Amino acid sequence: MSEKHTPVLRESATFDRLTIQEIQRAAETGIYDIRGGGTKRKLPHFDDLLLLGASVSRYPLEGYREKCGTEVVLGTRFAKKPIHLKIPVTIAGMSFGALSANAKEALGRGASIAGTSTTTGDGGMTPEERGQSQHLVYQYLPSRYGMNPDDLRKADAIEIVLGQGAKPGGGGMLLGMKVTERVAGMRTLPIGVDQRSACRHPDWTGPDDLAIKIAELREITDWEKPIYVKIGASRPYYDVKLAVKAGADVIVLDGMQGGTAATQEVFIEHVGIPILPAIPQAVQALQEMGMHRKVQLIVSGGIRNGADVAKAMALGADAVAIGTAALVALGDNHPRLDDELKKIGSAAGYYDDWQNGRDPAGITTQDPELSKRLDPVEAGRRLANYLRVLVLEAQTMARACGKSHLHNLDPEDLVALTVEAAAMARVPLAGTNWIPGQQY
Amino acid sequence: MKTIDLSSASVRELNQALHGNVQDREWVVTHPDGKHNLAVGVNDAVSIDIQGHAGYYCAGMNQKASITVHGNVGVGVAENMMSGSVRVKGSASQAAGATAHGGLLVIEGDAGARCGISMKGVDIVVGGSIGHMSCFMAQAGRLVVCGDAGDALGDSLYETRIYVKGTVKSLGSDCIEKEMRSEHLEELKELLNRAGFIEDPASFKRYGSARQLYNFKVDNASAY
Repeated sequence: MSEKHTPVLRESATFDRLTIQEIQRAAETGIYDIRGGGTKRKLPHFDDLLLLGASVSRYPLEGYREKCGTEVVLGTRFAKKPIHLKIPVTIAGMSFGALSANAKEALGRGASIAGTSTTTGDGGMTPEERGQSQHLVYQYLPSRYGMNPDDLRKADAIEIVLGQGAKPGGGGMLLGMKVTERVAGMRTLPIGVDQRSACRHPDWTGPDDLAIKIAELREITDWEKPIYVKIGASRPYYDVKLAVKAGADVIVLDGMQGGTAATQEVFIEHVGIPILPAIPQAVQALQEMGMHRKVQLIVSGGIRNGADVAKAMALGADAVAIGTAALVALGDNHPRLDDELKKIGSAAGYYDDWQNGRDPAGITTQDPELSKRLDPVEAGRRLANYLRVLVLEAQTMARACGKSHLHNLDPEDLVALTVEAAAMARVPLAGTNWIPGQQY
Repeated sequence: MKTIDLSSASVRELNQALHGNVQDREWVVTHPDGKHNLAVGVNDAVSIDIQGHAGYYCAGMNQKASITVHGNVGVGVAENMMSGSVRVKGSASQAAGATAHGGLLVIEGDAGARCGISMKGVDIVVGGSIGHMSCFMAQAGRLVVCGDAGDALGDSLYETRIYVKGTVKSLGSDCIEKEMRSEHLEELKELLNRAGFIEDPASFKRYGSARQLYNFKVDNASAY
């Protein structure tokens, strides 16, 4: 008597369902897929590192008694007025246009409660954002949308954007549904156009020109403001060296896990490098120039919890920046929106169509009715809570490593779980003294 | 009148003096010798005469001031200017008037590549010719060229209006020649008068955006 077998369907590893779906989508539309957020592929990340808590060979600090400092000063190299932050977690640049005015205000409110900075984006500075941000970093981008000297003088720091982790080498775009009257007015564009942002600055080329550009911005602001240079991680060793040589006060290094408002899916997933291997390269560049801790390093791209903060700082960062996580803290992808998200072809936890302006959370939209859904006071409070948790978690781990300040964490506090992570982060594989590429 | 001699004073001292509580309405800068970042970020209705050549970003982000350079200028003269006026008696390098939002930039000689790149409302009048990729992604304002224009004029143009008297080597994507109507002749006449150039507006051609690339369409993919 023969048994009846239920057939097992075998999915191709090369042509899996997602790949097949994308081929079919491309065949139907003739255009690439655009979405928001960062890379979704699994990458070597901070989860592949572990912190080494103290024991006999190291002395821990008492968790509920002994202080673990968190303050950071940014822009100590040249600026007359460096930025003093209470915590080393900043809010990354995100534009009004990509985000609603309420979302920008909420970011400012949350950051200010927590004692940290927030950052403008492509499109200029809004009064809501300036008014609610104790420390506001003004981005200087290739498009120069909304750039003006009055706002430059109002800023607490200037961030020259050369690229971002989600799309190093790529320009930006804001699709027409988000180019409303107010957004278009701030950017001097016709209402409803698919707004393109250039990938190169219009009036300088290369590091020698960048040095003159930095000098110009210093002259305009009378050498008061710290000048950051933001780099999308691809060749951080060389890019950091050139930016420091050009006169940067602060380097912002964004890994490929960093989010975007709207970029081609293929670009997000296939260009740039993760933040994990980028940090050691940047730190090496700073150390070789004698500039580590003199030119501060802010890293971003996939920071989610206090462990990520502690590990990034142990690798040599002075601070971190969050973007996607901050939006989630405001209310992005909240489970209560699941039904509405399903109506637009997504679901809570998956929503990434930040480019099309239909966000039911009222965050990545310019629709007045949707925008109203986000209460900037409540959302700001949620962000402040989240920032506090990030710092408390990082402090807990730093104390366990015997560190009285987050900046005292160092690579010796880390080991890696995989050979790849050990090689990229330049820390030993757990249980060994082996750092691939450095010892044999 | 206040004179600052850059053979002894620094660029920092010049700019700091121009940013302070400015009492003098007329300023003269001597021995500029091609230095960068001269008279940047000025926010007062003062007159500044730079007596020689200037380097990069001269008059950058100018507001209200009238600045004259008695020589040539480097990259990015009057970049991101908001208001006021800048006159270059000689020629200008690349990216003259880049991203500028307002005011009047007059270049009596030639301007290099990318003149008026991403301009956002400034008026630029060039007595001579301009280089390639001028008015790339230009958004608003007017560019007048009394000589010739190089390759790819007005590529990816938004709403800037371009007037050229001489030849245009080639037009960029989405830039087309447009009809010169009476209102354009009037507009051009006024711009030439303000710039101090004696030219016949009827001898110019007008170029502007075809507005075909304002929104992404698969059919336009070959234009990028």
